[in-house]
Amino acid sequence: MKSYKTKRAIGNIIGYIILILISIIWLFPFVGLVLQSFRSYATEYGGMVDYLVPKQFSLDNYKFLFDTSQNNYLLWYKNTIVIAVFVSIFQTIIQLCVSYALSRMRFAGRTFLMRFWLILGMFPGFLTMICLYFLLKQFGLTQAGAIPGLILVTVASCGMGYYVCKGYFDTIPKALDEAAMIDGATRARIFFTMIIPMSKPIIIYTALVAFMAPWCDYVFASYVAFGHDTSYNVAVGMTRWVWTNDYQGYFTRFCAGGVLVAIPVTLLFMFLQKYYVEGVTGGAVKG
Amino acid sequence: MAKGANNKKKNAASLFFEAIGNGFKEIGVTFAEGDIKTKLSFLIFGLGPILRGQILIGVALLLCEVLFFYFMAGFGWQYLSKFSTLGTVATKKVGRKTVYGDNSFLILLFGVLCIFAIIAFIAIWYINVKENRKEELLLKAGKKLPSNKDVFMSLFDKNFHKTLLALPVTGIFVFTVLPIVFMILVAFTNYDKNHQSPSNLFTWVGLDNFKNLVSFSGAGIGPTFLQVLLWTLVWALFATFTNYFLGLAVAMLINKKGIKFKKLWRTILVLTIAVPQFVSLLYVMKMFANDGLINGYLIKWGIIKSYIPFWTDPMLARITIIVVNIWIGIPYMMLIATGLLMNIPEDLYESARIDGANPWQMFRSITLPYMLFVTGPFLLTQFTGNLNNFNVIYLLTQGKPQSVNLAEKAGNTDLLITWLYKMTVNDTNYRMAAVIGIMVFVVTAVISLVVYNMLPSVKDEEGFQ
Repeated sequence: MKSYKTKRAIGNIIGYIILILISIIWLFPFVGLVLQSFRSYATEYGGMVDYLVPKQFSLDNYKFLFDTSQNNYLLWYKNTIVIAVFVSIFQTIIQLCVSYALSRMRFAGRTFLMRFWLILGMFPGFLTMICLYFLLKQFGLTQAGAIPGLILVTVASCGMGYYVCKGYFDTIPKALDEAAMIDGATRARIFFTMIIPMSKPIIIYTALVAFMAPWCDYVFASYVAFGHDTSYNVAVGMTRWVWTNDYQGYFTRFCAGGVLVAIPVTLLFMFLQKYYVEGVTGGAVKG
Repeated sequence: MAKGANNKKKNAASLFFEAIGNGFKEIGVTFAEGDIKTKLSFLIFGLGPILRGQILIGVALLLCEVLFFYFMAGFGWQYLSKFSTLGTVATKKVGRKTVYGDNSFLILLFGVLCIFAIIAFIAIWYINVKENRKEELLLKAGKKLPSNKDVFMSLFDKNFHKTLLALPVTGIFVFTVLPIVFMILVAFTNYDKNHQSPSNLFTWVGLDNFKNLVSFSGAGIGPTFLQVLLWTLVWALFATFTNYFLGLAVAMLINKKGIKFKKLWRTILVLTIAVPQFVSLLYVMKMFANDGLINGYLIKWGIIKSYIPFWTDPMLARITIIVVNIWIGIPYMMLIATGLLMNIPEDLYESARIDGANPWQMFRSITLPYMLFVTGPFLLTQFTGNLNNFNVIYLLTQGKPQSVNLAEKAGNTDLLITWLYKMTVNDTNYRMAAVIGIMVFVVTAVISLVVYNMLPSVKDEEGFQ
């Protein structure tokens, strides 16, 4: 019995050591990001250096970000929030609608629609970039109008991502719908007054995922806003800092900007983590 | 198995033709048995319903017809008529003025739109015929037609799916289907940087681009394509399975009895999901750079003499990408595995322990089979997702290091998808980009189909319940 206990204790200690190592590896880049964002731009070089902890802490880089005469960071930030909020709202509404129709109603062409969308989803998204760019240009939604353009494109094609939400609806017993229909409720009424109030976790999950995606949207955003600095989002703007300007000392500014982007998104995510876990776990099992 | 699938296909095909046959039969019967209202409706959409008092349906049908002809006459025809050549009148410079000729891009795009419009027109015509038939049969049976109000209200009840799906389906059509069909057709043209509209025309070239893709001599890009494809598959395989097993291991470690602060460990790991990837990946990219932190410290501590070329050596770059991807991917898998591990009945382990099984045996014969069974579809979507994992590759290396042996500016770590992106944005080589795009689709579709049918959870749905 004793040997079992010691064995177990040793096992736990090894476990803790591994976990601590993992934690260090996982946290290191973020700690580095924060530390380097405080490196003084004036007294130390703002580019790449071979030490982690700055010799002198300063807020130079943050001041630079907030200085609208030198760069558009605040504008990019605002753009990203606008895109994220609108995409989040509309994408949630559309995916709820699609999921309800596909989960609850049986109509001609339902299976065809689902198969068709599944196949469409296998085409790489970037394939359509040129064509989408041109379509948006027709409506004046590129360069200066890139923000509504991006929202439009994202929202227009989000109906295909209904899987997780439909999976959730499938778990709500159909007997509830039938009972309500016997009481004379219409489909629309069932949807608005019964299903939606019951779907809080999946609504939060959908909205959260939709809100977080635009923060990383580099590819299409950079294509649509090409060369028009004021309609960049943070990803496009700051990626350019790293790729093309880092020799001018933009690296620490990137770190500072990254910290400011990461803080609200991370907090929001942590706060709603429970729903996220439910969503991905459910989605993964349903496939 | 294969025979069964064949039979099924035949059945589906014969069903399809039967349905078409029935459709034609119904059209004939409708015309033969129909009254004058119905017969006129064959030409003027919705006339029958309007005359029978079904104003709403009738007007909607009529509106579709008017819109179609208005669209074709005023807009569509000028493009559709040139569709077979994609334009013949080149843009010329007359003196200082540029006289624009045909725009091949517009002709192709709107030509496709017109073809879709014609298909929709035929479909609406068929709906129109069926509507007439339905009304006539109802009247013949002595029943009353639904009132206009009923028809409208059914959009919120019996036909609620039409209301719900109208907007999403339209959106997907305009911003996904139309562009995809357009790009598939571009693969059969010579649309590249020497044939940019509107200043130059481009035209159909048949299968030339596909021949170029598989040609291994001269200027053909066959060898490059093979290498990129191979790396794409290797990458997806490694990325999926390293994440899967390591994530599972971490989840089991945190789940282990006796480990405290479970929530803390999970929260630390989940940070990589929460922080936007462009921040974390770009920072990690800089960390591993030749003048980055890791090389800096290793040199300072005297472990190495000169920097390790994490991103500039082809083989090392590939390994580094896979390692960094583990950093990104483990937390995600950990979250999923944590939820699923709790679903495994504890008494299974209990009885295994009584039988004297060690932890490794329990993992091999209880945990792993269960996880593989439940997460089969998830693994498949992860794999196809990794085939197209643009962010990780592009933010870390942009497909570099470049290689002189590769055509079309492909780099050593380029996936098909980043290669496609570079062709589109940097080289405006649209025709080859379209071909690569189709190849990506083919690879994804074939793998999905083959693997999906082999999954145990698909073959035997009840297996573990």
